[in-house]
Amino acid sequence: MSAVEVAGRVLVAIVQVAVVTALAPIVMGVTRQTRARLEGRAGAGVGQPWRDLRKLWRKRPIRATGTTAVGVVAPLVLLASGLVAGALVPLVVAAPLPQVPGDLFVVVSALLVGTVALALLGLDAGTAFGGMGSSRHMMIAALVEPTVLMAVYALSIPVGSSTLSLIVAARRDDPATIASPAGVLAVVALAVVVLAETGRLPVDNPATHLELTMVHEAMVLETSGPDLAWVELGSWLRLTVLLGLVANLMVPWGVAGGASPGALLLGVVALAAKVVLLGAALGAGEVAMAKLRLFRVPELLAGSFALAFLAVTASYLVA
Amino acid sequence: MSLDGLATQLLALSTGALLLTAALLVWRRSLAAAARLLAVQGVALAALVVSIAAAERDAELLGVAAVVLALKGVVIPLVLGRGVRATGVDRENALRVNPTSGLVGVTLLATLAYLVSRPITQATAGIGGTAAGPAAFAVPVGLTMVLVGLLLVVTRRRALSQLVGFLVLDNGIATVAFLTAAGVPFVVELGVSLDVLLVALILAVLSGRLHAALGAVSVDELNELRD
Repeated sequence: MSAVEVAGRVLVAIVQVAVVTALAPIVMGVTRQTRARLEGRAGAGVGQPWRDLRKLWRKRPIRATGTTAVGVVAPLVLLASGLVAGALVPLVVAAPLPQVPGDLFVVVSALLVGTVALALLGLDAGTAFGGMGSSRHMMIAALVEPTVLMAVYALSIPVGSSTLSLIVAARRDDPATIASPAGVLAVVALAVVVLAETGRLPVDNPATHLELTMVHEAMVLETSGPDLAWVELGSWLRLTVLLGLVANLMVPWGVAGGASPGALLLGVVALAAKVVLLGAALGAGEVAMAKLRLFRVPELLAGSFALAFLAVTASYLVA
Repeated sequence: MSLDGLATQLLALSTGALLLTAALLVWRRSLAAAARLLAVQGVALAALVVSIAAAERDAELLGVAAVVLALKGVVIPLVLGRGVRATGVDRENALRVNPTSGLVGVTLLATLAYLVSRPITQATAGIGGTAAGPAAFAVPVGLTMVLVGLLLVVTRRRALSQLVGFLVLDNGIATVAFLTAAGVPFVVELGVSLDVLLVALILAVLSGRLHAALGAVSVDELNELRD
Protein backbone atom coordinates (compact mmCIF):
# COMPACT_ATOMS: atom_id res chain seq x y z
CA MET A 1 0.00 0.00 0.00
CA SER A 2 1.51 3.29 -1.07
CA ALA A 3 1.94 6.33 1.12
CA VAL A 4 -0.76 8.17 -0.85
CA GLU A 5 -3.31 5.47 -0.12
CA VAL A 6 -2.45 5.47 3.57
CA ALA A 7 -2.80 9.24 3.63
CA GLY A 8 -6.18 8.85 1.93
CA ARG A 9 -7.37 6.38 4.56
CA VAL A 10 -6.21 8.64 7.37
CA LEU A 11 -8.02 11.56 5.73
CA VAL A 12 -11.18 9.43 5.54
CA ALA A 13 -10.85 8.56 9.24
CA ILE A 14 -10.51 12.27 10.07
CA VAL A 15 -13.62 13.06 8.02
CA GLN A 16 -15.50 10.31 9.85
CA VAL A 17 -14.46 11.62 13.29
CA ALA A 18 -15.46 15.18 12.33
CA VAL A 19 -18.85 14.03 11.05
CA VAL A 20 -19.56 11.96 14.15
CA THR A 21 -18.52 14.78 16.47
CA ALA A 22 -20.79 17.22 14.69
CA LEU A 23 -23.60 14.68 14.66
CA ALA A 24 -23.44 13.49 18.28
CA PRO A 25 -25.14 16.50 19.96
CA ILE A 26 -27.75 16.58 17.19
CA VAL A 27 -28.60 12.91 17.72
CA MET A 28 -28.98 13.62 21.42
CA GLY A 29 -31.16 16.63 20.58
CA VAL A 30 -33.38 14.53 18.31
CA THR A 31 -33.75 11.88 21.02
CA ARG A 32 -34.72 14.44 23.65
CA GLN A 33 -37.03 16.32 21.29
CA THR A 34 -38.86 13.13 20.25
CA ARG A 35 -39.29 12.20 23.85
CA ALA A 36 -40.53 15.66 24.78
CA ARG A 37 -43.08 15.78 21.96
CA LEU A 38 -44.42 12.32 22.77
CA GLU A 39 -44.77 13.31 26.42
CA GLY A 40 -46.75 16.40 25.41
CA ARG A 41 -44.00 18.94 26.07
CA ALA A 42 -42.75 21.52 23.56
CA GLY A 43 -39.12 20.46 23.95
CA ALA A 44 -36.01 22.60 23.76
CA GLY A 45 -35.28 21.95 20.08
CA VAL A 46 -32.83 19.77 18.24
CA GLY A 47 -29.96 22.26 18.59
CA GLN A 48 -30.19 22.59 22.37
CA PRO A 49 -27.30 20.20 23.19
CA TRP A 50 -24.98 22.27 20.96
CA ARG A 51 -26.15 25.46 22.70
CA ASP A 52 -25.57 23.81 26.09
CA LEU A 53 -22.03 22.89 25.07
CA ARG A 54 -21.30 26.44 23.89
CA LYS A 55 -22.59 27.82 27.18
CA LEU A 56 -20.47 25.37 29.21
CA TRP A 57 -17.31 26.14 27.22
CA ARG A 58 -17.61 29.84 28.09
CA LYS A 59 -17.80 29.17 31.82
CA ARG A 60 -14.99 28.89 34.34
CA PRO A 61 -14.54 25.37 35.75
CA ILE A 62 -15.06 25.17 39.51
CA ARG A 63 -13.30 22.29 41.20
CA ALA A 64 -13.98 21.23 44.76
CA THR A 65 -11.14 21.49 47.27
CA GLY A 66 -9.21 18.24 47.55
CA THR A 67 -9.81 17.11 43.97
CA THR A 68 -6.75 15.87 42.10
CA ALA A 69 -5.48 15.96 38.54
CA VAL A 70 -7.99 13.21 37.75
CA GLY A 71 -10.73 15.84 37.70
CA VAL A 72 -8.88 17.68 34.92
CA VAL A 73 -7.65 14.70 32.89
CA ALA A 74 -10.60 12.27 33.10
CA PRO A 75 -13.06 14.35 31.00
CA LEU A 76 -10.46 14.64 28.26
CA VAL A 77 -9.71 10.90 28.39
CA LEU A 78 -13.42 10.17 28.09
CA LEU A 79 -13.66 12.46 25.06
CA ALA A 80 -10.54 10.93 23.50
CA SER A 81 -11.90 7.40 23.92
CA GLY A 82 -15.09 8.45 22.14
CA LEU A 83 -13.08 10.01 19.30
CA VAL A 84 -10.90 6.90 18.91
CA ALA A 85 -13.99 4.70 18.79
CA GLY A 86 -15.45 7.06 16.18
CA ALA A 87 -12.34 6.60 14.03
CA LEU A 88 -12.26 2.79 14.36
CA VAL A 89 -15.92 1.84 13.87
CA PRO A 90 -16.99 1.64 10.19
CA LEU A 91 -19.58 4.41 10.19
CA VAL A 92 -19.04 6.25 6.89
CA VAL A 93 -16.53 3.99 5.20
CA ALA A 94 -16.11 0.23 5.55
CA ALA A 95 -12.41 0.07 4.77
CA PRO A 96 -10.04 -0.83 7.58
CA LEU A 97 -7.03 1.32 8.37
CA PRO A 98 -3.97 -0.78 7.52
CA GLN A 99 -1.99 -0.02 10.68
CA VAL A 100 -4.84 -0.08 13.20
CA PRO A 101 -6.89 -3.23 13.85
CA GLY A 102 -10.57 -2.28 13.62
CA ASP A 103 -11.66 -5.21 15.78
CA LEU A 104 -14.65 -4.72 18.00
CA PHE A 105 -12.31 -5.93 20.74
CA VAL A 106 -10.16 -2.84 20.17
CA VAL A 107 -13.22 -0.58 20.02
CA VAL A 108 -14.58 -2.03 23.26
CA SER A 109 -11.20 -1.57 24.95
CA ALA A 110 -11.08 2.06 23.79
CA LEU A 111 -14.57 2.63 25.20
CA LEU A 112 -13.60 0.83 28.41
CA VAL A 113 -10.75 3.33 28.95
CA GLY A 114 -13.39 6.05 28.85
CA THR A 115 -15.61 4.08 31.25
CA VAL A 116 -12.80 3.78 33.77
CA ALA A 117 -11.94 7.49 33.42
CA LEU A 118 -15.57 8.38 34.13
CA ALA A 119 -15.67 6.09 37.17
CA LEU A 120 -12.46 7.67 38.52
CA LEU A 121 -13.97 11.11 37.93
CA GLY A 122 -16.95 10.09 40.05
CA LEU A 123 -14.67 8.92 42.85
CA ASP A 124 -12.33 11.92 42.68
CA ALA A 125 -14.32 14.43 44.71
CA GLY A 126 -14.98 11.86 47.42
CA THR A 127 -18.71 12.53 47.62
CA ALA A 128 -21.16 9.76 48.48
CA PHE A 129 -23.19 10.03 45.28
CA GLY A 130 -20.15 10.01 43.01
CA GLY A 131 -18.87 6.82 44.61
CA MET A 132 -22.29 5.20 44.39
CA GLY A 133 -22.58 6.10 40.71
CA SER A 134 -19.09 4.79 39.96
CA SER A 135 -19.73 1.51 41.72
CA ARG A 136 -22.99 0.96 39.80
CA HIS A 137 -21.33 1.99 36.55
CA MET A 138 -18.55 -0.56 37.03
CA MET A 139 -21.06 -3.29 37.92
CA ILE A 140 -22.95 -2.68 34.67
CA ALA A 141 -19.71 -2.50 32.67
CA ALA A 142 -18.55 -5.83 34.09
CA LEU A 143 -21.85 -7.47 33.13
CA VAL A 144 -21.80 -5.98 29.64
CA GLU A 145 -18.37 -7.24 28.56
CA PRO A 146 -19.10 -11.00 28.18
CA THR A 147 -22.17 -10.26 26.07
CA VAL A 148 -20.20 -7.98 23.75
CA LEU A 149 -17.53 -10.62 23.24
CA MET A 150 -20.14 -13.33 22.57
CA ALA A 151 -22.08 -11.16 20.12
CA VAL A 152 -18.93 -10.23 18.21
CA TYR A 153 -17.89 -13.86 18.10
CA ALA A 154 -21.28 -14.84 16.66
CA LEU A 155 -21.11 -12.08 14.05
CA SER A 156 -17.54 -12.96 13.07
CA ILE A 157 -18.16 -16.71 12.48
CA PRO A 158 -19.83 -16.33 9.03
CA VAL A 159 -17.25 -13.73 7.91
CA GLY A 160 -14.20 -15.47 9.33
CA SER A 161 -12.80 -12.25 10.78
CA SER A 162 -13.60 -10.06 13.76
CA THR A 163 -12.68 -6.86 11.91
CA LEU A 164 -15.77 -4.66 12.00
CA SER A 165 -15.26 -3.19 8.53
CA LEU A 166 -15.15 -6.66 6.99
CA ILE A 167 -18.27 -7.76 8.92
CA VAL A 168 -20.23 -4.70 7.75
CA ALA A 169 -18.97 -5.05 4.17
CA ALA A 170 -19.86 -8.77 4.11
CA ARG A 171 -23.37 -8.02 5.36
CA ARG A 172 -23.76 -5.30 2.73
CA ASP A 173 -22.68 -7.60 -0.09
CA ASP A 174 -24.67 -10.64 1.06
CA PRO A 175 -27.99 -9.49 2.60
CA ALA A 176 -29.08 -13.10 3.30
CA THR A 177 -26.79 -13.20 6.34
CA ILE A 178 -28.62 -10.26 7.94
CA ALA A 179 -31.84 -12.28 8.29
CA SER A 180 -30.09 -15.42 9.51
CA PRO A 181 -31.10 -16.37 13.06
CA ALA A 182 -27.55 -16.06 14.36
CA GLY A 183 -27.22 -12.56 12.91
CA VAL A 184 -30.56 -11.39 14.30
CA LEU A 185 -29.92 -12.83 17.76
CA ALA A 186 -26.43 -11.30 17.91
CA VAL A 187 -27.61 -7.85 16.79
CA VAL A 188 -30.47 -7.87 19.33
CA ALA A 189 -28.03 -8.85 22.08
CA LEU A 190 -25.67 -6.09 20.95
CA ALA A 191 -28.50 -3.54 20.96
CA VAL A 192 -29.41 -4.36 24.59
CA VAL A 193 -25.75 -4.03 25.51
CA VAL A 194 -25.51 -0.65 23.77
CA LEU A 195 -28.44 0.62 25.85
CA ALA A 196 -26.69 -0.54 29.03
CA GLU A 197 -23.30 0.80 27.99
CA THR A 198 -24.57 4.27 27.10
CA GLY A 199 -26.78 4.62 30.17
CA ARG A 200 -30.19 4.75 28.51
CA LEU A 201 -33.49 3.35 29.78
CA PRO A 202 -34.21 0.71 31.06
CA VAL A 203 -30.76 0.49 32.68
CA ASP A 204 -30.19 4.12 33.62
CA ASN A 205 -32.49 7.11 33.31
CA PRO A 206 -30.51 9.91 31.61
CA ALA A 207 -33.04 12.57 32.64
CA THR A 208 -33.23 11.79 36.34
CA HIS A 209 -31.90 13.85 39.19
CA LEU A 210 -33.31 11.56 41.85
CA GLU A 211 -30.32 10.59 43.93
CA LEU A 212 -31.17 6.95 44.48
CA THR A 213 -31.56 6.04 40.81
CA MET A 214 -28.74 8.04 39.23
CA VAL A 215 -25.81 6.27 37.60
CA HIS A 216 -24.30 8.57 34.99
CA GLU A 217 -25.63 11.78 36.52
CA ALA A 218 -24.21 10.85 39.93
CA MET A 219 -20.70 10.61 38.52
CA VAL A 220 -20.74 14.03 36.86
CA LEU A 221 -22.37 15.91 39.76
CA GLU A 222 -19.07 17.53 40.77
CA THR A 223 -17.94 18.66 37.32
CA SER A 224 -18.77 22.04 35.82
CA GLY A 225 -17.88 24.36 32.99
CA PRO A 226 -15.66 23.02 30.18
CA ASP A 227 -15.03 19.79 32.15
CA LEU A 228 -18.74 19.02 32.06
CA ALA A 229 -18.84 19.94 28.37
CA TRP A 230 -16.10 17.39 27.60
CA VAL A 231 -17.85 14.71 29.67
CA GLU A 232 -21.19 15.33 27.97
CA LEU A 233 -19.70 15.43 24.48
CA GLY A 234 -17.74 12.25 25.24
CA SER A 235 -20.83 10.33 26.34
CA TRP A 236 -22.88 11.59 23.39
CA LEU A 237 -20.09 10.53 21.04
CA ARG A 238 -20.13 7.08 22.60
CA LEU A 239 -23.90 6.82 22.10
CA THR A 240 -23.70 8.01 18.49
CA VAL A 241 -20.83 5.69 17.58
CA LEU A 242 -22.54 2.63 19.07
CA LEU A 243 -25.91 3.55 17.52
CA GLY A 244 -24.14 3.98 14.18
CA LEU A 245 -22.53 0.56 14.56
CA VAL A 246 -25.87 -1.13 15.31
CA ALA A 247 -27.50 0.75 12.42
CA ASN A 248 -24.76 -0.31 10.00
CA LEU A 249 -25.05 -3.92 11.13
CA MET A 250 -28.83 -3.89 10.65
CA VAL A 251 -28.96 -1.78 7.45
CA PRO A 252 -25.47 -1.86 5.92
CA TRP A 253 -26.45 -0.10 2.69
CA GLY A 254 -24.93 3.28 1.94
CA VAL A 255 -21.62 2.60 3.68
CA ALA A 256 -18.88 3.68 1.30
CA GLY A 257 -16.46 1.04 0.06
CA GLY A 258 -13.75 3.40 -1.18
CA ALA A 259 -12.54 6.93 -0.60
CA SER A 260 -14.04 8.68 -3.63
CA PRO A 261 -15.79 11.98 -2.75
CA GLY A 262 -19.18 10.84 -4.08
CA ALA A 263 -19.19 7.62 -2.07
CA LEU A 264 -18.03 9.54 1.00
CA LEU A 265 -20.84 12.06 0.66
CA LEU A 266 -23.38 9.27 0.26
CA GLY A 267 -21.89 7.54 3.31
CA VAL A 268 -22.15 10.70 5.41
CA VAL A 269 -25.78 11.32 4.38
CA ALA A 270 -26.72 7.66 4.96
CA LEU A 271 -25.05 7.65 8.37
CA ALA A 272 -26.80 10.87 9.43
CA ALA A 273 -30.18 9.54 8.30
CA LYS A 274 -29.71 6.16 10.01
CA VAL A 275 -28.40 7.54 13.29
CA VAL A 276 -31.02 10.29 13.53
CA LEU A 277 -33.80 7.76 12.82
CA LEU A 278 -32.40 5.39 15.42
CA GLY A 279 -32.08 8.24 17.92
CA ALA A 280 -35.73 9.18 17.34
CA ALA A 281 -36.72 5.53 17.77
CA LEU A 282 -34.71 5.42 21.00
CA GLY A 283 -36.53 8.49 22.31
CA ALA A 284 -39.91 7.04 21.30
CA GLY A 285 -39.12 3.70 22.91
CA GLU A 286 -38.03 5.33 26.16
CA VAL A 287 -41.41 7.00 26.59
CA ALA A 288 -43.04 3.59 26.93
CA MET A 289 -40.40 2.15 29.23
CA ALA A 290 -39.76 2.31 32.95
CA LYS A 291 -36.35 2.07 34.51
CA LEU A 292 -35.48 -1.38 35.81
CA ARG A 293 -34.67 -1.76 39.46
CA LEU A 294 -30.89 -1.94 39.79
CA PHE A 295 -31.04 -5.52 40.97
CA ARG A 296 -33.10 -6.54 37.94
CA VAL A 297 -30.40 -5.19 35.59
CA PRO A 298 -28.28 -8.38 35.83
CA GLU A 299 -31.38 -10.27 34.68
CA LEU A 300 -31.67 -8.16 31.54
CA LEU A 301 -27.97 -8.48 30.79
CA ALA A 302 -28.03 -12.23 31.48
CA GLY A 303 -30.89 -12.42 29.00
CA SER A 304 -28.88 -10.62 26.37
CA PHE A 305 -25.90 -12.85 27.18
CA ALA A 306 -28.09 -15.92 26.63
CA LEU A 307 -29.23 -14.49 23.28
CA ALA A 308 -25.62 -13.91 22.22
CA PHE A 309 -24.68 -17.41 23.33
CA LEU A 310 -27.58 -18.93 21.39
CA ALA A 311 -26.43 -16.88 18.40
CA VAL A 312 -23.03 -18.54 18.61
CA THR A 313 -24.60 -22.01 18.89
CA ALA A 314 -27.03 -21.31 16.06
CA SER A 315 -24.30 -20.06 13.75
CA TYR A 316 -22.44 -23.32 14.28
CA LEU A 317 -25.56 -25.45 13.77
CA VAL A 318 -27.28 -23.84 10.84
CA ALA A 319 -24.36 -22.52 8.88
CA MET B 1 -32.72 -35.42 -0.36
CA SER B 2 -31.07 -32.07 -0.02
CA LEU B 3 -32.28 -28.64 0.95
CA ASP B 4 -32.49 -25.88 -1.61
CA GLY B 5 -31.87 -22.24 -0.73
CA LEU B 6 -35.34 -21.13 0.36
CA ALA B 7 -35.98 -24.26 2.44
CA THR B 8 -32.63 -23.78 4.18
CA GLN B 9 -33.53 -20.18 5.01
CA LEU B 10 -36.91 -21.26 6.38
CA LEU B 11 -35.28 -24.06 8.39
CA ALA B 12 -32.69 -21.64 9.82
CA LEU B 13 -35.33 -19.09 10.74
CA SER B 14 -37.68 -21.63 12.33
CA THR B 15 -34.96 -23.33 14.39
CA GLY B 16 -33.73 -19.88 15.46
CA ALA B 17 -37.26 -18.95 16.53
CA LEU B 18 -37.61 -22.23 18.45
CA LEU B 19 -34.38 -21.54 20.37
CA LEU B 20 -35.33 -17.92 21.01
CA THR B 21 -38.81 -18.71 22.34
CA ALA B 22 -37.43 -21.43 24.61
CA ALA B 23 -34.95 -18.94 26.10
CA LEU B 24 -37.60 -16.23 26.46
CA LEU B 25 -39.91 -18.66 28.25
CA VAL B 26 -37.25 -19.08 30.93
CA TRP B 27 -36.80 -15.30 31.10
CA ARG B 28 -40.41 -14.15 31.40
CA ARG B 29 -42.44 -14.68 34.56
CA SER B 30 -45.79 -13.69 33.11
CA LEU B 31 -48.01 -16.63 32.17
CA ALA B 32 -49.97 -14.66 29.57
CA ALA B 33 -46.67 -13.88 27.84
CA ALA B 34 -45.77 -17.57 28.11
CA ALA B 35 -48.99 -18.47 26.26
CA ARG B 36 -48.12 -16.04 23.46
CA LEU B 37 -44.55 -17.36 23.25
CA LEU B 38 -45.85 -20.92 23.05
CA ALA B 39 -48.06 -19.88 20.14
CA VAL B 40 -44.99 -18.44 18.36
CA GLN B 41 -43.12 -21.65 19.09
CA GLY B 42 -45.95 -23.72 17.62
CA VAL B 43 -45.93 -21.62 14.45
CA ALA B 44 -42.15 -22.00 14.20
CA LEU B 45 -42.50 -25.77 14.57
CA ALA B 46 -45.08 -25.80 11.77
CA ALA B 47 -42.69 -23.77 9.58
CA LEU B 48 -39.98 -26.32 10.33
CA VAL B 49 -42.27 -29.13 9.14
CA VAL B 50 -43.09 -27.15 5.99
CA SER B 51 -39.40 -26.69 5.19
CA ILE B 52 -38.80 -30.45 5.62
CA ALA B 53 -41.84 -31.16 3.43
CA ALA B 54 -40.40 -28.87 0.75
CA ALA B 55 -37.08 -30.71 0.90
CA GLU B 56 -38.69 -34.15 0.80
CA ARG B 57 -41.37 -33.23 -1.77
CA ASP B 58 -43.86 -34.92 0.56
CA ALA B 59 -47.48 -33.73 0.45
CA GLU B 60 -48.49 -35.74 3.52
CA LEU B 61 -46.04 -33.73 5.62
CA LEU B 62 -47.95 -30.58 4.69
CA GLY B 63 -51.01 -32.12 6.38
CA VAL B 64 -48.88 -32.80 9.44
CA ALA B 65 -47.75 -29.15 9.34
CA ALA B 66 -51.40 -28.05 9.29
CA VAL B 67 -52.16 -30.23 12.33
CA VAL B 68 -49.14 -28.83 14.19
CA LEU B 69 -50.13 -25.26 13.31
CA ALA B 70 -53.73 -25.74 14.41
CA LEU B 71 -53.01 -27.58 17.67
CA LYS B 72 -49.69 -26.21 18.88
CA GLY B 73 -49.95 -22.78 17.32
CA VAL B 74 -53.56 -21.99 18.16
CA VAL B 75 -55.55 -24.40 20.33
CA ILE B 76 -53.12 -25.24 23.14
CA PRO B 77 -52.02 -21.60 23.70
CA LEU B 78 -55.72 -20.65 23.81
CA VAL B 79 -56.38 -23.35 26.43
CA LEU B 80 -53.44 -22.09 28.43
CA GLY B 81 -54.58 -18.46 28.11
CA ARG B 82 -58.06 -19.45 29.35
CA GLY B 83 -56.50 -21.27 32.27
CA VAL B 84 -54.49 -18.16 33.19
CA ARG B 85 -57.56 -15.95 33.06
CA ALA B 86 -59.60 -18.48 35.06
CA THR B 87 -57.15 -18.57 37.95
CA GLY B 88 -56.66 -14.81 37.72
CA VAL B 89 -53.01 -15.00 38.75
CA ASP B 90 -50.63 -14.08 35.98
CA ARG B 91 -47.22 -14.07 37.57
CA GLU B 92 -45.08 -16.99 38.56
CA ASN B 93 -44.07 -15.64 41.95
CA ALA B 94 -42.56 -18.74 43.48
CA LEU B 95 -39.60 -19.53 41.29
CA ARG B 96 -37.10 -22.02 42.63
CA VAL B 97 -34.34 -20.44 40.53
CA ASN B 98 -34.18 -16.74 39.59
CA PRO B 99 -34.36 -15.92 35.86
CA THR B 100 -30.69 -14.89 35.76
CA SER B 101 -29.40 -18.29 36.81
CA GLY B 102 -32.14 -19.86 34.69
CA LEU B 103 -30.77 -18.11 31.60
CA VAL B 104 -27.21 -19.12 32.40
CA GLY B 105 -28.64 -22.63 32.80
CA VAL B 106 -30.11 -22.38 29.31
CA THR B 107 -26.71 -21.59 27.82
CA LEU B 108 -25.16 -24.54 29.65
CA LEU B 109 -27.98 -26.84 28.50
CA ALA B 110 -27.50 -25.64 24.90
CA THR B 111 -23.81 -26.54 25.11
CA LEU B 112 -24.67 -29.92 26.61
CA ALA B 113 -27.21 -30.63 23.86
CA TYR B 114 -24.68 -29.67 21.21
CA LEU B 115 -22.03 -31.98 22.67
CA VAL B 116 -24.41 -34.91 23.22
CA SER B 117 -25.86 -34.81 19.72
CA ARG B 118 -22.47 -34.60 18.04
CA PRO B 119 -22.59 -38.28 16.87
CA ILE B 120 -25.89 -37.59 15.08
CA THR B 121 -24.64 -34.44 13.36
CA GLN B 122 -21.39 -36.14 12.39
CA ALA B 123 -23.23 -39.17 10.99
CA THR B 124 -25.37 -36.94 8.78
CA ALA B 125 -22.43 -34.79 7.73
CA GLY B 126 -20.85 -37.90 6.21
CA ILE B 127 -22.61 -40.07 3.64
CA GLY B 128 -23.36 -42.65 6.32
CA GLY B 129 -26.61 -41.03 7.47
CA THR B 130 -29.04 -43.32 5.69
CA ALA B 131 -32.21 -43.15 7.74
CA ALA B 132 -31.65 -39.56 8.80
CA GLY B 133 -33.59 -36.67 7.35
CA PRO B 134 -32.07 -33.83 5.36
CA ALA B 135 -31.97 -31.51 8.34
CA ALA B 136 -30.59 -33.75 11.06
CA PHE B 137 -27.75 -31.29 11.59
CA ALA B 138 -30.19 -29.10 13.52
CA VAL B 139 -30.99 -31.85 16.05
CA PRO B 140 -29.22 -29.99 18.93
CA VAL B 141 -31.99 -27.36 18.77
CA GLY B 142 -34.57 -30.03 19.56
CA LEU B 143 -32.45 -31.49 22.35
CA THR B 144 -31.94 -28.02 23.82
CA MET B 145 -35.71 -27.52 23.87
CA VAL B 146 -36.20 -30.87 25.63
CA LEU B 147 -33.66 -29.89 28.29
CA VAL B 148 -35.08 -26.37 28.68
CA GLY B 149 -38.57 -27.87 29.06
CA LEU B 150 -37.27 -30.11 31.84
CA LEU B 151 -35.64 -27.08 33.45
CA LEU B 152 -38.97 -25.24 33.38
CA VAL B 153 -40.85 -28.20 34.87
CA VAL B 154 -38.30 -28.56 37.66
CA THR B 155 -37.91 -24.89 38.57
CA ARG B 156 -41.54 -23.72 38.50
CA ARG B 157 -44.04 -24.30 41.29
CA ARG B 158 -47.34 -23.27 39.74
CA ALA B 159 -49.33 -25.94 37.91
CA LEU B 160 -49.78 -23.85 34.74
CA SER B 161 -46.08 -22.95 34.61
CA GLN B 162 -45.23 -26.62 34.82
CA LEU B 163 -47.68 -27.21 31.97
CA VAL B 164 -45.71 -24.64 29.93
CA GLY B 165 -42.51 -26.56 30.65
CA PHE B 166 -44.17 -29.81 29.66
CA LEU B 167 -45.35 -28.30 26.36
CA VAL B 168 -41.84 -27.02 25.56
CA LEU B 169 -40.56 -30.52 26.30
CA ASP B 170 -43.11 -31.98 23.91
CA ASN B 171 -42.26 -29.43 21.21
CA GLY B 172 -38.61 -30.41 21.62
CA ILE B 173 -39.39 -34.11 21.22
CA ALA B 174 -41.45 -33.32 18.11
CA THR B 175 -38.58 -31.24 16.71
CA VAL B 176 -36.11 -34.08 17.18
CA ALA B 177 -38.56 -36.53 15.59
CA PHE B 178 -39.13 -34.31 12.53
CA LEU B 179 -35.44 -33.58 12.08
CA THR B 180 -34.08 -37.10 12.46
CA ALA B 181 -36.79 -39.15 10.77
CA ALA B 182 -37.55 -36.66 7.99
CA GLY B 183 -41.09 -36.24 9.26
CA VAL B 184 -43.50 -38.63 10.92
CA PRO B 185 -46.64 -40.24 9.48
CA PHE B 186 -49.82 -38.19 9.63
CA VAL B 187 -51.67 -40.62 11.93
CA VAL B 188 -48.85 -40.76 14.47
CA GLU B 189 -48.54 -36.95 14.62
CA LEU B 190 -52.32 -36.60 14.97
CA GLY B 191 -52.38 -39.12 17.82
CA VAL B 192 -49.47 -37.53 19.68
CA SER B 193 -50.82 -34.00 19.25
CA LEU B 194 -54.28 -34.95 20.49
CA ASP B 195 -52.66 -36.68 23.47
CA VAL B 196 -50.81 -33.47 24.31
CA LEU B 197 -54.00 -31.46 23.88
CA LEU B 198 -55.76 -33.79 26.32
CA VAL B 199 -52.96 -33.39 28.86
CA ALA B 200 -53.07 -29.60 28.46
CA LEU B 201 -56.85 -29.58 28.96
CA ILE B 202 -56.64 -31.83 32.03
CA LEU B 203 -53.88 -29.74 33.61
CA ALA B 204 -55.66 -26.47 32.86
CA VAL B 205 -58.86 -27.80 34.47
CA LEU B 206 -56.87 -29.24 37.39
CA SER B 207 -55.18 -25.89 37.92
CA GLY B 208 -58.54 -24.12 37.93
CA ARG B 209 -59.99 -26.61 40.44
CA LEU B 210 -56.86 -26.32 42.56
CA HIS B 211 -57.30 -22.56 42.64
CA ALA B 212 -60.99 -22.88 43.51
CA ALA B 213 -60.44 -25.47 46.24
CA LEU B 214 -57.28 -24.22 47.91
CA GLY B 215 -56.95 -20.62 46.80
CA ALA B 216 -53.46 -21.47 45.64
CA VAL B 217 -52.09 -22.79 42.39
CA SER B 218 -48.81 -24.19 43.61
CA VAL B 219 -48.44 -27.94 43.23
CA ASP B 220 -46.54 -27.95 46.53
CA GLU B 221 -49.96 -27.74 48.21
CA LEU B 222 -50.68 -31.27 47.01
CA ASN B 223 -48.19 -33.05 49.21
CA GLU B 224 -50.49 -34.65 51.73
CA LEU B 225 -53.55 -36.85 51.46
CA ARG B 226 -56.82 -36.06 53.18
CA ASP B 227 -60.02 -38.04 53.24
